[in-house]
Amino acid sequence: MISFLASVGALFLAFLTGTGRIALFAVMSLAAVLTPPYYPRLMLRQIVNIGYFSLPVVGLTAIFTGMVLALQSYTGFSRFAAESAVATVVVLSVTRELGPVIAGLMVAGRVGAAMAAEIGTMRVTDQIDALTTLSTDPLRYLVLPRLLAGLLTLPALVLVADIIGVFGGFLVSNYKLGFNPSAYLARTVDYLQARDVIDGLVKAAVFGFIVALMGCYHGYNSRGGAEGVGQATTYAVVSASILILVTDYLLTAAFFSR
Amino acid sequence: MSDRAATPKISVSGVHKWFGPKHVLDGVDIDCARGESLVVIGGSGTGKSVLIKCILGLLRPEAGSIRIDGVETVGLGRAARERLMQKFGMLFQGSALFDSLRVWENVAFGLIQGRGMARTKAKEIALAKLAAVGLGPEVGELRPAELSGGMQKRVALARAIAAEPEIIFFDEPTTGLDPIMADVINDLIIKCVREVGATAVSITHDMVSARKIADRIAMLHKGRIVWQGPTAEIDRTDNPFVDQFVHGRAEGPIQMEVRAA
Repeated sequence: MISFLASVGALFLAFLTGTGRIALFAVMSLAAVLTPPYYPRLMLRQIVNIGYFSLPVVGLTAIFTGMVLALQSYTGFSRFAAESAVATVVVLSVTRELGPVIAGLMVAGRVGAAMAAEIGTMRVTDQIDALTTLSTDPLRYLVLPRLLAGLLTLPALVLVADIIGVFGGFLVSNYKLGFNPSAYLARTVDYLQARDVIDGLVKAAVFGFIVALMGCYHGYNSRGGAEGVGQATTYAVVSASILILVTDYLLTAAFFSR
Repeated sequence: MSDRAATPKISVSGVHKWFGPKHVLDGVDIDCARGESLVVIGGSGTGKSVLIKCILGLLRPEAGSIRIDGVETVGLGRAARERLMQKFGMLFQGSALFDSLRVWENVAFGLIQGRGMARTKAKEIALAKLAAVGLGPEVGELRPAELSGGMQKRVALARAIAAEPEIIFFDEPTTGLDPIMADVINDLIIKCVREVGATAVSITHDMVSARKIADRIAMLHKGRIVWQGPTAEIDRTDNPFVDQFVHGRAEGPIQMEVRAA
């Protein structure tokens, strides 16, 4: 019994230590924003990488999510003769929930993994130490542009994903389920509030920050050559995905209680 | 003799460094005079790289003092450390060139990012430094991945001397190179260090390289300096550690660890 409690205690302590390290890493990186030099070119490159190059994968998942959502909600609502609610369910689900979460998870897989691999390789090949010896703060040069780019770019990406997702639901509703297009669009707009979209975009900003933070943290602290970089990549994607889902619930609960 | 000349450029005293239970540096004491070329020799895993990283401030020792120009550097703040780094140049064992940048951008990196120099001026200096290590301007436009190991070492050397640092560190500068390229790199190190007028600290287990580039050699074993003296003395000393290492004998006081602790 005591050894079981000791194991639980050790796990809890390890969790707290890890959380503290990540928080310290984030604070030290963000503190660099207070003083120059700044690297706008590096940040722009990250914005293009996270936003523009993630568009195809995020757009594709968004359109199929909207299409599936229309079909599934029709299946359920038709049993209560409430098919007219499909448009509202699709637009609210996509903007408030599925747009940010799906985009966050896709970006975690595509960008978070790439960040961890790139920074991890720089760590194990001494390139991060080389930055320090060249009077350049690695947190300011490597981490800060990625954190800010994640924070600012994912909302824009999610806005596009929202539009594509709603369009996916529209396509299925009109060509497969036989809805009237103008009635469907009217119901989509009538029940949508600005707050629904804004809540989704706030979530997206938080998810973008989480993805970049996990990618940078695990890459920066990778050890032991190729195997260590591989592990860092796995940890970055898994931890970002779990954190996105946990944070999603916490944010939804916070928005719900307003 | 003036105080400036009398003060060692680098003074390391009583430095200890642990990694978990492993005591890597066990009270290292060593000085390096201004303009001197000091080479630290020792087997793999004896703490040579850790010593150099402690002096550079990349690792923080648990105990001891490291002074540069008489000023304590252990525990320096971030801004003071960045200023101190401007005195240093470093050639890493694996060259550590930035893959995403062209060769000239690698050489000019410290000038542009560290010192805020304009890119055109920094490029001029970078191409001049590349020429100093025997590489033409066309190489400047290539990516590091397009270069051979020997060329990467030359670029890394050009980057280390680009900002004309006061102290240059060389971490295993000839490891992984054929004997001819190793000799070319040794000659370039001597030439560049003399031209810049820098103090040089190298770590190596290549005795040919050590004999060629050192004014003074120190031997590190199990985290302690077990011998130090002028280069010419290395073949005359009766120190059993040096004798075994220089002659590459398996039998002697140095027992190689089969696996890392």
